[in-house]
Amino acid sequence: MMSKGEIVLGCLAPHPPHLVYAENPPQNEAYSEGGWETLRWGYARLARKLKKIDYDVIVIFTPHWQTYIGTHFLGLPEFKSKSVDPIFPNLFRFNYDLKVDVDLAEKMREAADETGIITKMMTNPDFRVDYGTITSCHLLNPDWDKPIVTISSNRNTDYYSPEVMIEQASALGRACAKAIEESGKRVVLVSSHSLSHRHFVTESPLPEDMSLEHIYNHSQYVWDMKIIDLMRQGKSREVIDIMPEYTEQTIAETEGGGLIWMMAAMGHPDYSAEIYGYQSVIGTGNLIASWDPNDETREYVL
Amino acid sequence: MAEEMNEPEILFGIYCPPHPHPLLCPEANEGYGKLRSAYDACRKRIEESEADLILIYSTTWPSIVGHQIQALENPVWTHVDDDFHYLGSMPYDFKMDVDFANGYASAAEKRGLHSRTVAYDGFPIDTGSVVALQLLNPDNRIPACIVSSNMYANRAETIVLGKAARDVLAEQGKKAIVVVVASLSNRMFTEHIDEVDDRIHSQKDDDWNRKILEFFAAGRLEDLSQLSRDIHGQIRVSKVVAYKPAWWMAATMGQHNNYAGEVLAYEALHGSGGAVITLTPTDGSFGDKEFDEDDVEFYHGDRDVLDKGML
Repeated sequence: MMSKGEIVLGCLAPHPPHLVYAENPPQNEAYSEGGWETLRWGYARLARKLKKIDYDVIVIFTPHWQTYIGTHFLGLPEFKSKSVDPIFPNLFRFNYDLKVDVDLAEKMREAADETGIITKMMTNPDFRVDYGTITSCHLLNPDWDKPIVTISSNRNTDYYSPEVMIEQASALGRACAKAIEESGKRVVLVSSHSLSHRHFVTESPLPEDMSLEHIYNHSQYVWDMKIIDLMRQGKSREVIDIMPEYTEQTIAETEGGGLIWMMAAMGHPDYSAEIYGYQSVIGTGNLIASWDPNDETREYVL
Repeated sequence: MAEEMNEPEILFGIYCPPHPHPLLCPEANEGYGKLRSAYDACRKRIEESEADLILIYSTTWPSIVGHQIQALENPVWTHVDDDFHYLGSMPYDFKMDVDFANGYASAAEKRGLHSRTVAYDGFPIDTGSVVALQLLNPDNRIPACIVSSNMYANRAETIVLGKAARDVLAEQGKKAIVVVVASLSNRMFTEHIDEVDDRIHSQKDDDWNRKILEFFAAGRLEDLSQLSRDIHGQIRVSKVVAYKPAWWMAATMGQHNNYAGEVLAYEALHGSGGAVITLTPTDGSFGDKEFDEDDVEFYHGDRDVLDKGML
């Protein structure tokens, strides 16, 4: 009899392309002199933890695959192409070659469909995988030796309200958790997004000039710290409860539903999040954090 | 006449929807077919014109770092829409006017805007631009330029961006066709539908769309520009801060109401309002206009009102 699948880790993994740019991986065409080390070193630390965890697949929820007609899942086993960031093409032109766990994607889609969520498998081979997926997955697993499943962000906040987003993304999270359990697989969940999300609309001549990097305004910072403090205290339910106000006040990228989805899938953890780093990127607030359900391996990182 | 006044020569404007249905499945719904026919009529008019340039403002190309302008001379890719991937792929092979793109970026900077060109192999040209260029200019007979829609930009910035387009059109002496790619009401159905059953999402959206079309048909583009904030509040899903295409189109085409307007088609596209409209400058039509807000020539950026205080 197949053992139950489980979520072995949940990661909040922001995706500013600046971080990949700063790493200078061979897949990226742009060249940098570095930058944003607080986040990059935090990512490196979390990537090392992941190397010690036994898991089969990364399931990532991305706000840069924006769908207005339901939730979509990548549905072909391989995608190989070049991702060029439409906002920062000067920084991110990444040649990717990735594998998808289509079986798990199908199971999650079916489970979501059974709960009444509108769903669609994406099976067009010309489809270009979004840069949020690529950035977060690359920084968590630079070897790209695990298959992924990408879930699109259904834009409920835009179409309805943050409260509807909470209901929908939570239902999706519970459905995905059920599918994971039935799959027998060990899964790492990734919620790919920033916290506060107001950008500067200009860019310095050298984007990695850290003397010019700072949070857009102090209000964004205070709100981000409030959220992080709740995460440290293991109050994930409260994080979701104040999400509508937080999202409105900080134009937070939580509006895409990723963190809500992940917290629901993980049963709203009441244990402390592992904090790996917080830093601004072109004015936005970015946190790397993880939730480790295993009491024995959970760490106090920062 | 236009040259004497150092005014740009804009042959006509086109307002058209970004959805891929008229390109990928015009046969799936009678309305999609009508939109396709309207695109075809525009294509024919473009072919018969003496245009040097097709200038596109696309609401499905959002930017953050200023205003981005496509400057790769020959972008080639196969595009797939995020939502409508199941309708098929959209291969493209376009010809861009690099001189104009560079000139536009410079003109925008001179008016206080942050702007930059993008010229990268594989850059993701957006669905709206791909649909418009494939249907309006399939043989690349006329070079094009595409400008993004900055997600934070509001009225002043967008109007100045339009005026910058006029500056460079006049400077380079190019005759242009101005294309805005945007829906009217943009609320789509949030479930998958049988295309045969497509309709405007709500009666309210349809009512507003038809009122907007009355203005377009009467050539009252500047009046529509003045109504942009109301349109945004009534029939636009708040994905961005404002409904900007009428601001840009009016500013680019001269801020008046003297056009011969023609609504070639108005149909539903997965619930949203899609219309193909032409506006041709004329001496007649509605001359009167009312400016409710400042006419902006130069963008000064944030006004730092919080730093200045009350005293």
